[in-house]
Amino acid sequence: MSLALIADADLVARCRSGDQAAWDELVNRFSRYVYAITSRVYRLSQHDAEDVFQDVFTRTFEHLDELRDDAAVRPWIATLTRRLCVDKLRSGGREHLVEEPLEDAGADDGLAQLDEAMAVHEAMRTLPEHCAEILDRFFTRDESYRTIGDALELPPGTIASRISRCLSKLRAQLEGRKPRFQPSIDQ
Amino acid sequence: MNANFPYDEERVAELLRTLPPAPEAWVKAAQELPRARQEINEIAARVEADKEFRAAVTRDLEAALEAAGYDIDPSLLPALRARLSSV
Repeated sequence: MSLALIADADLVARCRSGDQAAWDELVNRFSRYVYAITSRVYRLSQHDAEDVFQDVFTRTFEHLDELRDDAAVRPWIATLTRRLCVDKLRSGGREHLVEEPLEDAGADDGLAQLDEAMAVHEAMRTLPEHCAEILDRFFTRDESYRTIGDALELPPGTIASRISRCLSKLRAQLEGRKPRFQPSIDQ
Repeated sequence: MNANFPYDEERVAELLRTLPPAPEAWVKAAQELPRARQEINEIAARVEADKEFRAAVTRDLEAALEAAGYDIDPSLLPALRARLSSV
């Protein structure tokens, strides 16, 4: 089974045993989440966001053995990221802010939305690879039909219908699914 | 939005947009952590065991690493210096 499809708990167990490919996947899996918490929820500058991003993964790597529940790695990473963002703001990073930070309630709402978005990304991993790629390029990388068409060697006119079909597949995948995530805001 | 099914296509698209990719260089650096950690530990062990190497490292860390054949990423030097200070 592809590492992209294995459960968080299995991935953590593999990382703990020193599997480099598993660590690569863990970073891949949570990099968007950590990035979004730093830049979208706490609105850190790119410089401060990068510091926090690297610190989160360094500490995750160093403290993986201390994780009590491997399946709870996501809320654990969320809590760690929040704490480091707050520390960064308190330690003077505030002068580097691009916007005013959110109040706690705003941060909670922002994090709840990211948890929901992670559930959608998790479902996307189960789609055929071409669907995951086309949806990612269009919605998260904001690429045009032409750019996607060039990259995938498809006529731009085909891209819109592919996106629509893949979005329907993703929706079908999500349908009836109970959220598997635990909101991170109570951690 | 349908209350029984909260994921209409518009909502799914909105949620996808919520998680753009992190900069590639940041991801790569984080993925390199285990290898970097291992390399730093190896160098620290050699510094502990090899007096000559320790003296060279103390004189000029970068030159000593190069002479010993280590091709270490410059971004790791602060972490390596911190590690060596405790050897």
